[in-house]
Amino acid sequence: MAVSLFDVIGPIMVGPSSSHTAGAVRLGNVARSLCSTQPQRVEFYLHGSFAQTYQGHGTGQALVGGMLGFLPDDERIRDSYQLAAQNGMEYAFFTEDLGDVHPNSVRILSFLPDGSSSEMIGSSIGGGKILVTRVNGMAVKFTGQYPTLITRHQDQPGMVARISGLLSQHDINIAFLEVFRSARGSLASMVIETDQPVSTDIMEELIGLEGVQEVLLVDCTCN
Amino acid sequence: MYQFHRGQDLMDLCDRHHLSIPAVMLQAEAEESGWGVEQVRSRIDEFLVVMEDSIQKGLQSEIKSVSGLIGGNGRKLYQRATSGGLCGTTVLRAVSYALAVTEVNAAMGRIVAAPTGGASGVIPGIILAVTEEGNKPRPLAVDALLVAGAVGKIIAANATLSGAEGGCQAEVGSASAMGAAAAVYMEGGSPSMALNAAAMALKGLLGLVCDPVAGLVEVPCSKRNAIGTVNALICAEMSLAGIESVIPFDEIVDAMFRVGRMISPDLRETARGGCALTPTAQAITRNILSQA
Repeated sequence: MAVSLFDVIGPIMVGPSSSHTAGAVRLGNVARSLCSTQPQRVEFYLHGSFAQTYQGHGTGQALVGGMLGFLPDDERIRDSYQLAAQNGMEYAFFTEDLGDVHPNSVRILSFLPDGSSSEMIGSSIGGGKILVTRVNGMAVKFTGQYPTLITRHQDQPGMVARISGLLSQHDINIAFLEVFRSARGSLASMVIETDQPVSTDIMEELIGLEGVQEVLLVDCTCN
Repeated sequence: MYQFHRGQDLMDLCDRHHLSIPAVMLQAEAEESGWGVEQVRSRIDEFLVVMEDSIQKGLQSEIKSVSGLIGGNGRKLYQRATSGGLCGTTVLRAVSYALAVTEVNAAMGRIVAAPTGGASGVIPGIILAVTEEGNKPRPLAVDALLVAGAVGKIIAANATLSGAEGGCQAEVGSASAMGAAAAVYMEGGSPSMALNAAAMALKGLLGLVCDPVAGLVEVPCSKRNAIGTVNALICAEMSLAGIESVIPFDEIVDAMFRVGRMISPDLRETARGGCALTPTAQAITRNILSQA
């Protein structure tokens, strides 16, 4: 793919670093969009360069701000620790070796008021761009630049057609699609990046499809 | 098809279609993104507004970086800009703007990455100072940012814009090349003069290492933006005077990438060499870590 003008000029962001600050906000945004409501507690497991330099680059404030739903250009990010406390969201940072991943990586564990939790691993790969590599134990690969659907469904013939057929009925174009499974015939997952936003009505129809167990929508494309 | 990968492609497209660099950049972006040309322009205009705001914020308010190491230098230099100082008002205005933006960046304020956060001062400094000093119309400033983007796009496609990969030459060096081409365009220079200025600007900063004190985007990053700004303006002047770079732009971009690979990882954003290893830097680092 050709380099875009906007890969070179922009994004609009709070400083100081596109990879350590803007990218960290976006990782927080994706983790937040995996939660149905604001988590009570979030644990950030920092890897590599993120672990070494997170204080100086405001990576901590950026991750917490992203979890609060702030976009990368929101000047409240500098004060996100205080704002998290005011909003009743606890947070903690840990260092963890996440293995063979990009140096700027983090595992984010969110605990919701209803006792459930969600987990995400992602990397800040430069220029404010991110790559999400794991969601709730599923290996995935997406950038958060498009509305992204993550399905968990029965590994049986016709599932891809069923899901993509429904999207096409609603005039939603699939930009990228990947299918993953752990073993033949068990559960599989699909990561679908779309050109158009996916409404809550369409989400309900997707969840209602035979063989579909769970559908998550990550949409933090507004910046 | 208006896509370009190398500087030579860009000049060929300008020649073939009798278009300016910003016109080709707009067509290429519209093709690639599916956006309309006006939509691309209005997004670029939004960037200019944020650039102006960050300059004003840096010049007017008492800002301090998160660590407290920098802040207020843009404001100090701006006092000299009004009298003209040694360097003249355009240069002093551009450099004080560049310092102001990098100080806002270090204070976790709102800026436009151009091409990165660490090198975010050079391009707004040049484009807005030249616009104001020369009473240039707003659309020309938008076009100048498109010229900067076109040069950055070529560098990104053929080398790198990341300090961790290529050292500071890839960040401030690239910003300086982008700003030099923008300045030439604003003064009425041709596409080949713009790329010639970009070649000289990048050439002058080849080998510049990335050695941030305590790993922060503050020292020496902010003042390197000042150097990148002056370097860009003087390379633009040379090109407008008819001075040519012996080595063409595309070859300098390739050289920059190769030099980046030869720079030790200790001098690529890891804070393990250069300025970052001086006794003063180490004392600062200890002090910051003890506060954290």
